[in-house]
Amino acid sequence: MQEAVIPTPGQTPAPAPTVEAIIRAEHIEKYYAQPSANRIQVISSTDLSVVPGEILALLGPSGSGKSTMLRMLTGLSTPSAGQVYWHEKPIADAEINVSIVFQSFALFPWLTVLENVEAPLQARGVSPNERRERSMKMLDTVGLDGFEGAYPKELSGGMKQRVGFARALVVEPEVLFMDEPFSALDVLTAENLRSELLELWANKTMPTKAVFIVTHNIEEAVLLADRIIVLGRNPGHIRTDFKVQLAQPRDRKSEPFTSLVDYIYKVLTKPDTAPTDAPGHQHPERRVRDQRQMHYQMLPHARPGGMAGLLELLLDKGGRDDIYRLADDLAFEIDDLLPIVDASQLLGFLKIDEGDAAITPSGTEFANSEILRQKELFRDAAVEHVLLLRQIRRALESKSDHTVPEDFFLDMIDEQFSEEESLRQMETAVAWGRYAELFDFDAGRRRFVLPDAPEEDIADSEDSQ
Amino acid sequence: MNLQHPLARTVVTTRTWPFLIDLGVAACGLAIFFAIVSTGQYWLSKPAPIADISHSISALPVYAFYSIVRIGIAYLLSLIFAIAYGYIAAYNRRIEPWMVAVLDILQSIPVLSFLPPVVLFMVALIPGHQLGIEMAVILLIFTGQVWNLAFSFYSSLKSIPREMVEASRIYRYSAWQRFWQLEMPYAAIGLVWNSIVSVAGGWFALIACEISPFANYTYQLPGIGSYLQVATNSGDYRALMFGIGTVIVIVVATDQLVWRPLIAWSDKFKFESVESADRVSSPILALLRRSNLLSSLPSRCWAGIEEPIYRRLSRTLECRVVHPVDEEKSNRPSFALYALAVAAVGVVGWGALQAIVMLKTVTWPDMKLLLEGAGATFGRVNAALLISALWTVPVGVAIGLNPRLSRIVQPTAQVLASIPATAFFPIILIGLVKIGGGLGIGSIALMLLGTQWYILFNVIAGAMSIPSDLREVSSLFHFTRWQRWTKLILPGIFPYLITGMVTASGGAWNASVYAEYSHLKDSTLQTIGLGSEISSATDTGRFPIILLATIFISLMVVTMNRLVWRRLYRLAETRYKLEG
Repeated sequence: MQEAVIPTPGQTPAPAPTVEAIIRAEHIEKYYAQPSANRIQVISSTDLSVVPGEILALLGPSGSGKSTMLRMLTGLSTPSAGQVYWHEKPIADAEINVSIVFQSFALFPWLTVLENVEAPLQARGVSPNERRERSMKMLDTVGLDGFEGAYPKELSGGMKQRVGFARALVVEPEVLFMDEPFSALDVLTAENLRSELLELWANKTMPTKAVFIVTHNIEEAVLLADRIIVLGRNPGHIRTDFKVQLAQPRDRKSEPFTSLVDYIYKVLTKPDTAPTDAPGHQHPERRVRDQRQMHYQMLPHARPGGMAGLLELLLDKGGRDDIYRLADDLAFEIDDLLPIVDASQLLGFLKIDEGDAAITPSGTEFANSEILRQKELFRDAAVEHVLLLRQIRRALESKSDHTVPEDFFLDMIDEQFSEEESLRQMETAVAWGRYAELFDFDAGRRRFVLPDAPEEDIADSEDSQ
Repeated sequence: MNLQHPLARTVVTTRTWPFLIDLGVAACGLAIFFAIVSTGQYWLSKPAPIADISHSISALPVYAFYSIVRIGIAYLLSLIFAIAYGYIAAYNRRIEPWMVAVLDILQSIPVLSFLPPVVLFMVALIPGHQLGIEMAVILLIFTGQVWNLAFSFYSSLKSIPREMVEASRIYRYSAWQRFWQLEMPYAAIGLVWNSIVSVAGGWFALIACEISPFANYTYQLPGIGSYLQVATNSGDYRALMFGIGTVIVIVVATDQLVWRPLIAWSDKFKFESVESADRVSSPILALLRRSNLLSSLPSRCWAGIEEPIYRRLSRTLECRVVHPVDEEKSNRPSFALYALAVAAVGVVGWGALQAIVMLKTVTWPDMKLLLEGAGATFGRVNAALLISALWTVPVGVAIGLNPRLSRIVQPTAQVLASIPATAFFPIILIGLVKIGGGLGIGSIALMLLGTQWYILFNVIAGAMSIPSDLREVSSLFHFTRWQRWTKLILPGIFPYLITGMVTASGGAWNASVYAEYSHLKDSTLQTIGLGSEISSATDTGRFPIILLATIFISLMVVTMNRLVWRRLYRLAETRYKLEG
């Protein structure tokens, strides 16, 4: 599923694996069935394999299903269709040997550091003495000597994640999975841990044959990975899969490094082609709804204030800039920046072109205006471009009492989005609508109200608090 | 006791202390052994429904012991049942909604209305032994204690963070290991706090039902509750005072010797990422931790039991593959399960039918009386709640806004809340008879005694939680007293007030059954109300009335919960929550 339109700077597309894959996913999909014939596709049919000897980074914006992908590959989640194989054996029956390092560390707060590390060995029936010996050795390896009696809550975030690593490595996993392992840590600690991980990997201190890291941090992926898979959204699908040819240790400032980062931004922001069009992965007999062909757009979860801020910054930079440089200037990760870029694009304030963000005339006007005028411009753009907001406003205007319950619209959008996503969509719609003064939302009664509706609707005096 | 003081640690040589404690522990072991033997002997003895209750104060420790054993057994049974129930409900998607609904209803039914049928049933089940009556009383306490424990365990299981569950799966924990290393620790704090409430409720019921309040089927078990009753009936006020004193001593001792150490110990199960400064300390726990025997023996014994289990489990299939977290149990229910479900539906249907047939014998005048009674009890319960709220809100706020005072009063209110109001009831009755008041007022007084502390305790906590910057804002802008109360204090304590009122309303309903009907010396006092209908119907053995009255109470409680409390609770959660 290559999208070879953008030239990869000095990288080669990942060749078909010649060595036997440890984990191989065949046409795996994830969807949630809806009461109607439709279903909500989270991940469209995907092939993927984890081969020995490489650090594989799975990179994608939020909503691209990277965590779901990791859980399917580890057997924690069953694919809705397709099959995952562990050494060519269906994963549900295989005695697999993997570990996960979690974003939230997932340490047991009532166990000491040593007990936390021993617990997986206990599950495998290792004798107490051997358990202790192996755990102590592993704690030593990750630099936690002398901390074995401490409880996790006494440790800093970086120390906790070291315990997470020790626990993951003590079972000598064949594949080490990591789910955004550094994103809960501060920048310096994360940097430190990343380089130690690379050291362990390079020195073969750990018996692990492959590392699979899920991240939304592009630089992290480029820094660590031998192979990068970029996921797209709605539904999740592979946009590109390539090998990184840079030698370790990699220099963030070097030209090949930055051009690779730029390349990934280009891939991420390039308009997407429907992955279901890709040959070989179609199931014509099934009606799979793809959000892009749907009725309602997916609203990016961005605040109007954020959009205004981005547009003003862009204007300062002459109206056009590389997205990755914007992210760098703002010290944002893609999950912070992309929703704002997407939302601005949706409202017609911004255009994306080859990884560059260019401000449009209406965007320029928006950025230059004072707050009340901004609200007006935002309102016009929102009514023009966002179906849901248009519908809410129309419904309010046409009803005699000028109020409509939230459930009415939730029922309409949850045909298209999962329950959780529907709620988030509604939350974003409320934030935009309130900002644009399109409507007011009474959170106590969960109803939309027209702002200049008759007083009786909002007579409840406590609402003013 | 002063072990926390650094001086005590350095001056006392470290070895003599633990040895003395070890001796003490060994003595405790011997005492427990003797207690078990003598309890067993008593239980298996011929039934003596009406035990002779001595007035002598020297008999008090024995009676107290019997009562404590009853509470202890009932509590242990509740705990085991609650854990099993919560576990099954949380992990079986098909029956989960049913089990939760059952919990929701059962926890709002007043226990004491079960007393008559339960006693008759247990005595019929275990004839010829003292055990029958004992089990009846224990079962009754059990039904009062178990539901909130089960609910707590269930909701803890449902709220375990997803990544923790995933960690336990990916590292292939067995169900056994998951239970001990994830589920139990995660639920521990909720269980401890709910145990405190449960045991307090247990004492309330125990004191009420050690002596049968019914004329027709009489029994009298040796215990502190019987002692109080007999002392009242014979007008031995000295004995009564000593009895009440004993109850208070037991409650305070339980608080100090059991609950506080447990709370302090359960602190390590707090699911927090950084250590909080605010911790409960317990000298007893510190003492226990210093005992050589106690700190090493359990873990050594436990390891001996545990290791073979882990070794064996690790070889099973369960521990060799990773189980999906989102496993849709697509396997169809087995035939046996179907048969069981059909049988259950059959039994329930038959029972319900029989009950309805029984209800048809209730005559219209009876019905009218019951409806009037329902109205009267409803009014009294709400009057008690209102009175409690009226005095506790100003007092609680005054205390809560004064940090030094609240540090002393709040734990005291917590202990007061667990002193069973039923122990004071005889005194109130005697007082009422002397001044010529009716039982109507008496029952309100009893409900007040039992419920106001919960509200006070919560209001204090609420006032303490009002952020000081908000208070500063209110004084900065010279809020009037009225503004201060309506804009700051009342909204600030609202969630806490509601929590307190919900707990209190449950307690008040429970008390109503006991309070509206009473034998004093040889006369019977009663007032109109559902509780008195239940009690007098039991005296005359009219089960349809009992059933109908229980249904009425349950209906009222459940509707109140659904229509009033739950809404207020949601309001408190959404609008008046002060988010840190």
